[in-house]
Amino acid sequence: MEIKKTAMAGSMESSDCMVTVRPGIHGIQIDLQSDVKVMFGESILATVRQTLEELAVSDAEVSVLDRGALDCVIRARVQCAACRAAETSWDWTKEVVCLG
Amino acid sequence: MAEREIHLKRTGLYASGCSPVNMIQAVFYNEDMLVYDLEDSVPASEKDAARILVYQMMKHHRPRDKYVAIRVNGLYSEYFEEDIQVAVRANPDALRIPKVEYAREVQEISRRVAEIEEKIGLEAGKIELICNIESYMGVLNAREIASADPRVTALTVSAEDLTASMKAQRTKKGLEVFYARNAVLLACRAAGVDALDVVFSDINDEEGLREDTALAKNLGFDGKSVIHPRQIDVVNGFFTPSQKEINYALRVLDAVEKGRKAGKGAVTLDGSMIDKPIELRARTTLAQARAAGIKLDGMVTIK
Repeated sequence: MEIKKTAMAGSMESSDCMVTVRPGIHGIQIDLQSDVKVMFGESILATVRQTLEELAVSDAEVSVLDRGALDCVIRARVQCAACRAAETSWDWTKEVVCLG
Repeated sequence: MAEREIHLKRTGLYASGCSPVNMIQAVFYNEDMLVYDLEDSVPASEKDAARILVYQMMKHHRPRDKYVAIRVNGLYSEYFEEDIQVAVRANPDALRIPKVEYAREVQEISRRVAEIEEKIGLEAGKIELICNIESYMGVLNAREIASADPRVTALTVSAEDLTASMKAQRTKKGLEVFYARNAVLLACRAAGVDALDVVFSDINDEEGLREDTALAKNLGFDGKSVIHPRQIDVVNGFFTPSQKEINYALRVLDAVEKGRKAGKGAVTLDGSMIDKPIELRARTTLAQARAAGIKLDGMVTIK
């Protein structure tokens, strides 16, 4: 997935995060701001990296303003911001059924 | 077609698909049905984000012990196609379909759901449909809608859009939607599906909520949509059978069973004849009690 422009997803509400994805040229660079960075910073960064890898994003500047988001919320916001930045829609036909 | 379980739907609470905090908090209230919303609570610019968020929440944090529905946008909206792709893959108990007016719309949606179920290997017919009746045309066609497809397990009435379509004024007493509530209720009874009542909009008027919910319960509704968590326990209380109702139901079924063993055609209890509707009501009461977690085994009946 090629990042073509700057795009954002999410909010600054509690339990959410604001993710901004910009075109980059030096691989994946992530700037994380979070009140829980000391405890969960590594885990949040790993989630962001993994999500971008799954989307085959190789170059991007990513900023994450975290307000205590769950892992799945971070994943959702990164997916959405990346799709918006790549000017593409999520391909739902590739998603499997949720087994709960 | 999948076999249906009985699910209690005393209360249904919406959580906006664009608000993680709403979705997370809603799990901790006592509503029977949690509805993740992709429709009215999500602005047009956030539809894509809401779909992804709802799917991720369902995949990783699906609430246990709750009936989970996803409200998609209407069949004729530009969002429906993508909504239904996401919603079926999220594998909820039901899809809540807004603004249903004709049986053919329900059948078309069911066909689309079946296509996706087959594609992703989900049990055919597993996902139920709850149809929101929000216009005079929906009310007039409620009977056909309620029996349009085996997936339909409930109809709900949405009073705000309905009164707008009727050119009526929405009032707290709700006389303007009294006919519609009854028409939808009777349609549900004819089809054997659940009937879910309108919301009571004033979240600060608990007495008004109690009056309105008592009316809904007496009319025969199975539950009521709520717009605020503080309404949940009040509404649940009305739609949970009381000990007195449970005792009476147990005595009715006991009398019916004794009559059957004795080969009697007609059975009486306390001097009154027990006919089929009374037996059916007793069975429904006990099914509601069981679904509400009330243990009936060994319960002593008190005359």
